[in-house]
Formats: sequence, structure tokens, C-alpha cells
Amino acid sequence: MENTALNIAVLVKYVPDAQFDRHLTGAGNTLERAESILSELDEYAIEAALALSEARGGEAAGNKVTAITMGPASAVAAVKKALQIGATEGVHLSDEALAGSDAAATSLALAAVVRHLGGVDLVLTGMASTDGETSLVPAQLAARLGLPQITFASSLEVDSSGEAHVATARRDGDIYAETIQATLPAVVSVTDQANSPRYPNFKGIMAAKKKTVTALTLAEIGVEPASVGHEGSLTVVKAAEAREHRPAGTIITDSGDAGIQLVDFLAAQKLL
Amino acid sequence: MSAVVVFIDQTEVSTSPGHPVLSKSSQELLTLARLAGEPVAAVAGEASDELAAALGGAGVSRVFASSQDELTGYLVAPKADFVAQVATAAGAAAVLVGNNFEGKEIAARVGIALNAGVISDAVGLTVADGAITVQKSVLAGSYTVEASATSAVSVISVKSNSVDAEPAAVPATAAVEQFTAEFAPASLGAKIIERTPKPASGRPDLSDARIVVAGGRGVDGNFGPVEELADVLGAAIGASRAATDAGWIEHSAQVGQTGKTVAPQLYISVGISGAIQQKAGMQTSKVIVAVNKDAESPVFEIADFGIVGDLFDVLPQATAEIKRRRG
Ligand SMILES: Cc1cc2nc3c(=O)[nH]c(=O)nc-3n(C[C@H](O)[C@H](O)[C@H](O)COP(=O)(O)OP(=O)(O)OC[C@H]3O[C@@H](n4cnc5c(N)ncnc54)[C@H](O)[C@@H]3O)c2cc1C
Repeated sequence: MENTALNIAVLVKYVPDAQFDRHLTGAGNTLERAESILSELDEYAIEAALALSEARGGEAAGNKVTAITMGPASAVAAVKKALQIGATEGVHLSDEALAGSDAAATSLALAAVVRHLGGVDLVLTGMASTDGETSLVPAQLAARLGLPQITFASSLEVDSSGEAHVATARRDGDIYAETIQATLPAVVSVTDQANSPRYPNFKGIMAAKKKTVTALTLAEIGVEPASVGHEGSLTVVKAAEAREHRPAGTIITDSGDAGIQLVDFLAAQKLL
Repeated sequence: MSAVVVFIDQTEVSTSPGHPVLSKSSQELLTLARLAGEPVAAVAGEASDELAAALGGAGVSRVFASSQDELTGYLVAPKADFVAQVATAAGAAAVLVGNNFEGKEIAARVGIALNAGVISDAVGLTVADGAITVQKSVLAGSYTVEASATSAVSVISVKSNSVDAEPAAVPATAAVEQFTAEFAPASLGAKIIERTPKPASGRPDLSDARIVVAGGRGVDGNFGPVEELADVLGAAIGASRAATDAGWIEHSAQVGQTGKTVAPQLYISVGISGAIQQKAGMQTSKVIVAVNKDAESPVFEIADFGIVGDLFDVLPQATAEIKRRRG
């Protein structure tokens, strides 16, 4: 291809920090919005996008890395962090009607954002969000957009020497390791094996202040409010119960026979 | 009784020794399917006589099987198309799949194809008046929620070890129908151009093992003591990300947020500090044993039995003692 520049959309999510206790609250048993961060697993998607962009001349050569998030006003922090790390622009889809969206509703809204942006060559995501942990959204997004799906990629390359951009990725299964190829546009999710994410540096933090974040509403992307949020979701959470703390166990310090005591414990538990 | 389609993937069959023709997790899915309705099998790959007999034993009378090349030639999407189309043909009220990475993705796409709600990470299900309620564990195992789909069809991916696999009280005779799925062009977009089988470990599969012995950075490059204990216990081997990142052991052994989630009868954590990402994959294990030389390690907070000690002393002693007691 003459123009090898890529237009990449990276989906990022603002999630409660797992280092702290997390709670489900309210009628819909939704996650309390506590101390939140950019989902760690999305950092790998951002890194993959930046690496592809840089390998072909970066922003100066027309490469674009757009960080997209969907969520309440505070969620824009995830996009801002992505801009500090190096994304070129941001998009924040925010609408009251989105609250309580399950994977089906989330993928519907995000697919509409990607269509609204237009001309996206590659949609990159993390392997899961660190709050919902379902990994459903990337596959649903690919299905909704009618694009090839390469998920759980532990490596990703894009070759633009032919007539189209061709992505090649590795996926590690239990029984097979696979190499997968797709012509872009495609949806790709990357694992934490794919790269080592960079941290925002001072230059990046300063530069991010000048980057634009486009705010979008459902009306602007042509999505009916009733098709998302609690109303548009196809699942309901009816009850939630905190798992009981494991009762404190027996802790011993080895004084030469801990191995024997371990076997006694296993025998008493009928685990031998 | 409405049909419950269970996806059975014979294209990816474990090479572990003694692996049954119908995997343990497939047997578990069928056990749950019988609770929820009439189990119907959607088999990707060959439905051999042996498999049909095993399915009959699990109470399955209808089997839809497809060996179409697309199922193995492209990533995930064709399998999802197949399952969705079988569900439609069978008039299914629910679809059950395993909860490994691929299973969840198949569930995700079947959900879109059938406009059905998808519930992943299920650890159990109950049925009342024909409606299915799913128990699932969330937030790294710190909550259990009850969820259900509001759509006509429920799509559920179920974790291994969620139920004891049992044969049907009344076995059925499984009639195998060859099924030809139709694949949308977009489903054939991600082509598998190379596939290398992973070497068989000769140990049980980590995902559904009864006992797991897992090693972390503390093993310092030497998984020997972990392997020896695992082998006397007939256990699978797990690892922390620190150990897999160091290249001491296959990435597929990683337990945790970005590895496998396991819930065995017994999890023995060795030289692992117990970071939140590690706990996410193992804290719903029935019994947790930890061996770590640092008494302050967070892993001791969730251990039923903890040993503050050097793994290179404790493990060989335990292994020798088990051998001695067994004569
Ligand atoms: C996005 C993300 C995803 C992650 N996903 C996962 C995941 O899926 N799984 C996972 O495990 N981690 C994951 N991690 C990494 C996690 O945060 C921890 O860094 C990791 O679990 C630490 O591994 P460890 O406990 O083996 O090593 P360390 O934390 O270094 O602990 C080693 C332990 O060994 C003990 N020790 C040392 N020598 C001995 C000895 N001779 N005898 C006994 N004890 C000894 C030490 O006291 C120490 O407690 C992830 C991190 C990130 C950021």
C-alpha cells in the first residue's frame, strides 16, 4: 500500500481499582464507582496501538490512535490517561441512558461509536475489563460490526506491503498455539503477554493537555436510549451476595516437620 | 420440556492421558442441561460411536454434528454460527458452553446471533417454572450474584467444577444428525494459518483438576519440588505470572486474572505472594494451602493451612511422607 498509515480505535474502560474493596450496590446490583483507574488490561491495547503507529511514522505520517470510552462524566479520566500515554485523540460517549448496560448493550453502543467515527482500520481492546471480567464485549463488537475477530492475541503485527493491511497475531490456547491472519478492518483484543505497556512521561502529560476529547451522546451516534442501559440489556442481576471471608486458617512456622504436618492436614481433610 | 443445547468441541480434544471421550467439563454441562430441560448436543468435529454412546449415557437423544472445515480453519466465529444455528433448529431455550476463553467468545457471539442475554462465569444454575437463574461469581470471586437473561434464549458459559458430573438416571440413545451450518463472510475473516499442538504434560488438565499445586517466583527457576508433589497427589501444575513470565513454565499454567480461573478441591500455593491478580484465579478453591517463607505474604489471609517456611524443605519432606504412608 502507498499509504501505510493506520486509523486505530482503542477501547478503554474506567474501572474501580481492584487494589481496594469493591462493592455491588443499588437495585441493579451495579458496581459502586469507587477509586477508579484506567483498566490495567487496556494499557496493553494502547501500547499495541502506539507500537503499530510508531512503526509506520506515528502521527506525522497520518497514523491516528483514538481512545474511546463509554461511561459517566468521571470516565473521561480513562481517555485522558490514554492521551497521556500517547493516544492522539479521545472520544467519550456519555449518556444517562447508558447506565446499567450489559455486554450486549455495551457492544451495541461501542459499535455505533466506531461506525460514527468512520474509516477505522483497527479496533483494539484489552482481553477483558478488570471489573466485569467477562471478555464478552470484543467478540460481540466484532459480530455487530461484521468484522473479523482476532481475540486474546499474545502478539500482533500489521503488514501493509500488499494491497491491504493484513494483521497477523498469535493466540495461545491450551491445546494449540495458533497463528491467525485477517485483512483489516478487524477487531483485535490483546492479552498481557502482547507487550510491556509504557507509563506516561512528563512530556506525554503536558502534550495530552492540548489533545481533544470529543464528547458524544446517544442521539449523536444514532442509538435509541431504549436499546442500551438497563432497558436495552438482555440480562438482569437479581441478587448479589458478598462471598463470606474465608475463616482464618491455621498458620504454622516450619521447625523441621512442617512437611509432615502438611500431610497430616491433607489426610484429615481426606485429600490424600 | 424445552431443549438446552450444549456445545461439545471435539476439534480440540485434550491429549492428557486417560482423558475421557466426553471431557469432564462437557459432562458437567450436560448434568446442568438436564436440570434445565432436554439436553441436545452440538458437536463440532466428529461424533464417533464412542462419543454418541457417552452422550446417550448423559441423557442426550439428539446430537447435531458438523465437521465442516470452517470450524477449524477460522477463529471462533464459525463455531458460534454453528451453535447458534443448532440452537434455532432445536428450538432451544438455553445454550450452555464451557467458560474457557473460546467458550466465552462463542457465548458472546451466539448472544448476538440470537439476540439473547449472555451470562458468563456461571458456577451454578437453578430452574423454577421453566426460568433459569444463574449463579455467577464476580469481582475476582468476592461476590456471588444471581442473574438471568430477559430474552427468549439464555446463553450461559459455565465454569469447570461447578457441579458434580453425573450420568443420566435414564440413559438415552443418541441419534446423530449431520448439520450443515451457513457461515457469514465476516465469520470467515480471521483465518488460522498455523496451528502447533502444545506438548502434552501427562498431568491432569489445570482447568478441571481436583488438585492443583502452583509455584511462583519463590521456586526460583526450579519447578522440580512442585512437580514431584503434584505427581504424588495426581495434581495439575499451576503458576503465578511471575513464574510464567520468567519462562520457567508454560504460559498456559498461569492461574489468575489473565490466566486460568480454577476452583479445585485443593490448591497448594508455593512461593507465591498472593497478589490480587493471582487470588482472582484461585480464591474460590475449596481448600487452600500456602507455603511461603514470608509470614507477611497476603496469601496467608486466604489459606486454610499455611506454612511459613522454605519450600525447598517443606515440599520434598511432604512428598516423601506421602510416599512413605502409601508404602
Ligand atoms: C494486568 C496484570 C495482570 C496480572 N495477571 C496475573 C495473573 O493472572 N496471575 C498471577 O499470578 N499474577 C498476575 N499478575 C501479577 C501479579 O500482580 C504479581 O506480580 C504476581 O502474581 C507475583 O507472582 P509471585 O507471587 O510468584 O511473585 P512474588 O510476588 O515475587 O512472590 C514470591 C513469593 O515467594 C516467596 N518465596 C521466595 N522464596 C521462597 C522459598 N524458598 N520458599 C518459600 N517461599 C519463597 C516470597 O516470600 C514471596 O512471597 C498480573 C499483573 C498485572 C499488572
